Amino acid sequence: MNLTLNGEAIITKTSTLAALLDEQGYGDAKVATAVNGTLAPASFRGATELTDGDAIEVVAPMQGG
Amino acid sequence: MPIQFYDQQVSSRFLIGTALYPSPSIMLDAIKASGSDIVTVSLRRESGKEQAGQNFWSYIKETGAKILPNTAGCKTVKEAVTTAHMAREVFETPWVKLEVIGEDDSLQPDVFGLVEAAKILTEDGFQVFPYTTEDLVVAEKLIAAGCEVLMPWGAPIGSGRGLNNVYGLRSLRAHFPKVPLIVDAGIGLPSHAAAAMELGYDAVLLNTAVAKAGDPVIMAKAFAMAIESGHLSYVADPIEKRDMAAPSTPVAGLPFWNQEHA
Repeated sequence: MNLTLNGEAIITKTSTLAALLDEQGYGDAKVATAVNGTLAPASFRGATELTDGDAIEVVAPMQGG
Repeated sequence: MPIQFYDQQVSSRFLIGTALYPSPSIMLDAIKASGSDIVTVSLRRESGKEQAGQNFWSYIKETGAKILPNTAGCKTVKEAVTTAHMAREVFETPWVKLEVIGEDDSLQPDVFGLVEAAKILTEDGFQVFPYTTEDLVVAEKLIAAGCEVLMPWGAPIGSGRGLNNVYGLRSLRAHFPKVPLIVDAGIGLPSHAAAAMELGYDAVLLNTAVAKAGDPVIMAKAFAMAIESGHLSYVADPIEKRDMAAPSTPVAGLPFWNQEHA
């Protein structure tokens, strides 16, 4: 399946958001996720099915003013 | 004297940003020197390999400060709303410093998008700190949208120009005497921050002026003192300006006084 992860094209064999995060090495990282511009809450990542062409955002705390 | 933002009380009137410091340890020392109870943070794309955000988060937790996540860089209502939702999940706070940027050179707020996003977010339980201009009508609409705090700019973000429109900021204070008002952005010097507080503003939020100073830790202390000083000055009800001199030393009993002095 072809996805966009944080703006970069990737190919994955995973089918859920939780599995994708695992595959991409996020582990237990403190992150928030969005699929196609909408929040995908952490508690629903396991049930969030991905489809070809989805755009995934994974964000974490960063410096800000 | 504590100050309340939504249902939270804090003692410091200095909100400080966490960006642009020479190092994480200098950031921590500067935050400590500032005495701030609230720090602003952001969200950025995280790489699964590098996980830079996780290190940053461990530093921020050390401060013990309340977290005010921003939506910096968002240019549309949808981006800002989704970023706010992600921030609420990551930082576990209903607070959000809402920025909807409308123009690249000035980083001026898109006040139309700001009001729309503020309405969506307050209806969803967020406690919104809107980064706005000093415009009174926009302020009315933000309050009508559910905002209980307003954050007008002093000058464009990072410009260090101070209070570009003192008249506008004073008018805003006069129109909304009970709404907590925070000057956010454009402050360059402690004297700018003191001036904002002397206008009766409740607090000041700044980042660049401390982080990019030659010595951020000393500058953080300088701002803390200026903000406290400006606030005390406002509370103490300063004298009015006058055009002519008025002697401070009593004239009665002046030695060598004679009719020629009269």
